[in-house]
Amino acid sequence: MLELYLLLGFMIVGAIIALEAKDMVSSVIAVGAVGLGTSIAFLILKAPDLAITQLTVEILMLIILIRATLRRDLPFSTSGRWLLNTVITVLFLGVFLAVAYFAIKDLPRFGSPIMRVAKIYIAEGLKSTGATNLVSSVILDFRAYDTLGEATVLFTAAIGVIAVMRRIGRKTEDEKVKADDE
Amino acid sequence: MSKGPKEAGMTLIVKTITRLTVGLILLYGIYIVTHGHLTPGGGFAGGVIIALSFIHLTLAFGKEVALKKLSKEGTSILDSLGALIFLAIAILGFTGGYFFLNFINKGVPFRLLSAGIIPLCNIAIALKVGAGLFAIFMGLVFLKILDKDKK
Repeated sequence: MLELYLLLGFMIVGAIIALEAKDMVSSVIAVGAVGLGTSIAFLILKAPDLAITQLTVEILMLIILIRATLRRDLPFSTSGRWLLNTVITVLFLGVFLAVAYFAIKDLPRFGSPIMRVAKIYIAEGLKSTGATNLVSSVILDFRAYDTLGEATVLFTAAIGVIAVMRRIGRKTEDEKVKADDE
Repeated sequence: MSKGPKEAGMTLIVKTITRLTVGLILLYGIYIVTHGHLTPGGGFAGGVIIALSFIHLTLAFGKEVALKKLSKEGTSILDSLGALIFLAIAILGFTGGYFFLNFINKGVPFRLLSAGIIPLCNIAIALKVGAGLFAIFMGLVFLKILDKDKK
């Protein structure tokens, strides 16, 4: 359990560095370190499926973020209404904490009752789906609806990125629409 | 990075290493996908690894080489095909009763061809995720180049 706490401390430090770093590239690399910590935490908690997925998605996200932010300093808009922003942030944080205080009291305690539905999955999984990887049998057989929704989300995200980033409809310097190339 | 068409991409060392490793990365992604019902992994992780192999190619050789392997139209077609195959498998469950019914014979556990529809679903999701993430990456790279043209 100790290594998990050490890892959590490492991830918190990484997140603070990501917030406080002056340039974008250091910030992105600190975010990548936090993601690697998450992946190792999944591995310690004996979830290799999630660890593989987290690691690969983290690599992909790091590449995309570095390609998108390298040699481009995105200025933070700190001027202007900082008082209003701070007041609104503190207000919403207070509302969230107040609601969470009452809501979390009604939740069942952490880890109990342990595995109510999962017991059935573990007992019946191999017999009723034939898949030896139980995670696969859950996400593609018992809970396939969730996977369908997730696939739809990713499809919509890809369509959205392509629709926003394509060249059709963009205006060039002299405000002419270049329609001949995509 | 955009030094003209002749020296697009990175140095000779990176190109040589990429030429050796990119096939292995793609193969590992396919292994993760096809063994998703037997060992840890599955459609999503394998699809991301497949997309990463093409992104590796893009980073090392420039976008023309990667687009020759998998064009933009091909990406769109594969993305849509994956989604449609997944939905078709779900709807074909109605032949036996309900949505997402595992209608193929389960087979013997620990065999590659077992678990009914789960390997097929894994392959469909891998197509979807791989093509979709590659399309997102290419979209963001094109944005960067366009911004550079403006300056």
